[in-house]
Amino acid sequence: MSNDNTDLNLNEYVTAMVGGQLFGLPIRRVQDVFITERLTRVPLAPPEIAGVLNLRGRIVTLIDLGFRLGLDRRDNGGPAMAIGVEFRGESYGLLIDSVGEVLKFEAAALERNPINLDPRLAGVSTGIFRMDGQLMMVVDVDRILDIPTHAAAA
Amino acid sequence: MDDLLREFVTETNESLDVVDVELVRFEQDPNNAKILDNIFRLVHTIKGTCGFLGLPRLETLAHAAETVMGKFRDGMPATNEAVTVILATIDRIKEILESLERDQREPDGADSDLIADLDRIAERTPAAPKAPAAPEPEPQRTLRPGEVSLEELERVFRDTPVDPPAIKPAKPAIPAVKAAPVDEAVRDDDAAKGANQSIRVTVDTLEQLMTMVSELVLTRNQLLEIVRRHDDSEFKTPLQRLSNVTAELQEGVMKTRMQPIGNAWQKFPRIVRDLSNELGKKIELELQGAETELDRQVLDLIKDPLTHMLRNSADHGLETPADRRAAGKSEQGHIRLSAYHEGGHIIIQIADDGRGLNTERIKAKAIAQGLVSEADIEKMSETQIHKFIFAAGFSTATTVTNVSGRGVGMDVVRNNIDQIGGAIDVKSVAGVGLSFTIKIPLTLAIVAALIVESSGERFAIPQLSVVELVRARKGGDHRIERIKDTTVLRLRDKLLPLARLSRLLGTETDTSRDVESGFIVVTQVGSQTFGIVVDGVFHTEEIVVKPMSTKLRHISMFSGNTILGDGAVIMIIDPNGVAQAIGSTVTSQMIVETAPDHVDETSEQVTSLLVFRAGSTQPKAVPLSLITRLEEIDARKIELSNGRHMVQYRGQLMPLITMNSTVSVKGEGAQPLLVFSDGARSMALVVDEIIDIVEDRLAIQVASDSPGVLGSAVIKGQATEIIDVGHFLPMAFEDWFRRKDRPSGERQRSVLLVDDSPFFRNMLTPVLQAAGYTVTAVGSARDALTMMQDGRAFDVAITDIEMPEMDGYQFAEALRADPRTAELPVIALSSQISADSVERGRQAGFHDYVAKFDRQGLIAALMEQTAVGRAA
Repeated sequence: MSNDNTDLNLNEYVTAMVGGQLFGLPIRRVQDVFITERLTRVPLAPPEIAGVLNLRGRIVTLIDLGFRLGLDRRDNGGPAMAIGVEFRGESYGLLIDSVGEVLKFEAAALERNPINLDPRLAGVSTGIFRMDGQLMMVVDVDRILDIPTHAAAA
Repeated sequence: MDDLLREFVTETNESLDVVDVELVRFEQDPNNAKILDNIFRLVHTIKGTCGFLGLPRLETLAHAAETVMGKFRDGMPATNEAVTVILATIDRIKEILESLERDQREPDGADSDLIADLDRIAERTPAAPKAPAAPEPEPQRTLRPGEVSLEELERVFRDTPVDPPAIKPAKPAIPAVKAAPVDEAVRDDDAAKGANQSIRVTVDTLEQLMTMVSELVLTRNQLLEIVRRHDDSEFKTPLQRLSNVTAELQEGVMKTRMQPIGNAWQKFPRIVRDLSNELGKKIELELQGAETELDRQVLDLIKDPLTHMLRNSADHGLETPADRRAAGKSEQGHIRLSAYHEGGHIIIQIADDGRGLNTERIKAKAIAQGLVSEADIEKMSETQIHKFIFAAGFSTATTVTNVSGRGVGMDVVRNNIDQIGGAIDVKSVAGVGLSFTIKIPLTLAIVAALIVESSGERFAIPQLSVVELVRARKGGDHRIERIKDTTVLRLRDKLLPLARLSRLLGTETDTSRDVESGFIVVTQVGSQTFGIVVDGVFHTEEIVVKPMSTKLRHISMFSGNTILGDGAVIMIIDPNGVAQAIGSTVTSQMIVETAPDHVDETSEQVTSLLVFRAGSTQPKAVPLSLITRLEEIDARKIELSNGRHMVQYRGQLMPLITMNSTVSVKGEGAQPLLVFSDGARSMALVVDEIIDIVEDRLAIQVASDSPGVLGSAVIKGQATEIIDVGHFLPMAFEDWFRRKDRPSGERQRSVLLVDDSPFFRNMLTPVLQAAGYTVTAVGSARDALTMMQDGRAFDVAITDIEMPEMDGYQFAEALRADPRTAELPVIALSSQISADSVERGRQAGFHDYVAKFDRQGLIAALMEQTAVGRAA
């Protein structure tokens, strides 16, 4: 994150709601935010994979972030949103309930995860920022995408 | 320095490959000064560059080899020993290059052994060595401009005092990765030196370009889809242009990936030479069609299997000179490797004239390995038994040595070929030889696929593995039966294991749903045939294969995914994965159930017929083998042009033909079509409904006067009109055929039809049958000869002239040479008739000569020749 320390060690995060919890993704890792249309589910895929879709000619693999984090995604009736990220040259989308604004935090304000945090959340979170009335959990994109693939299919 | 070294290693490796090939040629043709000059020049260049780059070990080796070659030039005989030592030297140089590439420096070690050998050979002749005292480095023509290091290199080269080389710089005999010439990349001074018009581009760059173009194609398809929904859109014209340009661009990029198959064969002459020395056999290697191009990705994948098969042929297939003499063959064994294009595929054949497969050994082995029971194997034909060599692990156990003939690792070969969607077949005649035929797609990037539906989702099944589509219904001829928990389809004389796609994919929602309600995609992977049951079948489409996400790559059911024209992403089914899921247990049952395919050959053979309805209620039928594909297209896509119905099909306009005025092209909904193709041309016959595919004797009992109908036959107990496809083809393309002739003939006479084109075989067979002949059609002259040597007799033979392996002339000569067949009348079919060819035909022993499309003439000639035969 040292590259972002131009402005008084401020880090920028794209925020999103998943299952009632506020998450922040380092803005450098976020490619775009898009509405998921024509999602194709992939039979035999790990449950974390919601499906694949065509985003401007690229095939994007959608990750069900709620499932990945052990949270229930809330169906708000509207079209599902996803945050586009890239990982080892491949395009992924993280399914979220809704996207929020971009927030800036001082790097020093990042607090460590509480030790009693759900292990699924602790596994992908690098820390927590305290905000008025709520907590924002910073998630590590690489760790989210580190999904074990079982060769048990077929 | 890094770039310089890399460049050096690449170029030297290429030069060495040429030297390899050329040396083997030189050894066979020691008087050819041109070949020697070429070798000498290449080695000399390597030596010079090594000296310049400070690679003493390489330089010393190259120098010693050069000295020996200098002796060759001075007239020293090129002995087998000398060539062997030089080849060994080249191998050593390659090893050094390999570690040079890896470690950026020459490996430690000495080559005194080789150098001593080389010097010893060089000293045998007293002639003073003509080798130049000082290295004469020739400018390495580099084609990657703009790099400082290279410019430096050239400057140094220019500054180095050089005698103007008398010999011109070696032209790279191996085409490098071809790329479209980029003008600005060729610098003026290079151009002045007559630089060749090619540049080196990394494979990655091409891959990336390919990906981009693939995406462009998809976007274009999406645009076309959108515009199609709007009439009179002003986008139509520019989009049409965009569409054309995209297609050309795609073709262009595909072309850059194409390489001649000869690149994979380059090392073969050397391998054969070494093997023939090692094994003490005389082997002649014939390479045909080396210029046939295919995608480099595919090329890489077939290189090893081909090498393996070549080794097998030399090692196990060909006999020792003594054995060959004893068998009455020439001492020199012959291996022929040939390649040619056929449709979107490349066909590679590797044939030898060795001892062929040892059927008994394979039988014993198959039984020993538990692949089949003793009782069952007795029912199997030779061909079926030979296929066991492809069975997994067939050769790994115990030893399959010279005795068994063949089989070492053929399962691995088949797997490699399966992986790229190819097919392999084996043909063996004991004592005469063995040939493998490999059919592989030209490219893996774009494939034709059948789009199907299962549980509401669409999937693509690669067309190459799809054998046919069957609609199974209760009470129909294709019955679905159960063996314990397995459902199987009784299709003709075979039982095929069935698997519902939704069950394989775990998407089944309604488990009670019966297989009877779906379509069965009969799929073949290697020797395994099975049916995939789907809910619906849409159409075939050329799809751009995109690799699966790494998170999904472990799912063996899919080989990739693709974006359809409507923008949706769908999965591409991997038939190999499905085959594995269905399991080998079922297949072994199948072998048992499979009827022996050597039915009494004199009895009338059954033909697969497609039964359909068009116009009247009376069913109509056409031999299934004539049909290229069954299609159902959206009626809205049918266009009317010049009063003819057309449809855009696989990038071309395909004419639609109605059988008679009572058949009408549908205005909406799905229009079933029977597609007939010959080469690049396709036409479609409009039908109302496809009823069934049945297996029955094709015995036309009532000849017909109405055009387009050969006559009526009883098929599955119902009077059915047999359609004469030949009548409709010229309606689509004027030059396809001429009018059909009336059938005649009172007594059944037997005709042997030899034509390598299955299309014409299938085309002519019903015509000849309708004319009152019994027809035996074979695909090659060799097969025909074998058949007659086995005692089959015919009244007349009809043969194509242009055929691979043995042409019509040779066939006729072979017939004349055998007293049993010397009197057999032979009618030649040819697409070209010239005075010369007629004369040559007379000499070869043709009794008559008919143009290939002149069926009237053919019938007339047949009548005449059979009359002669009767008189004789």
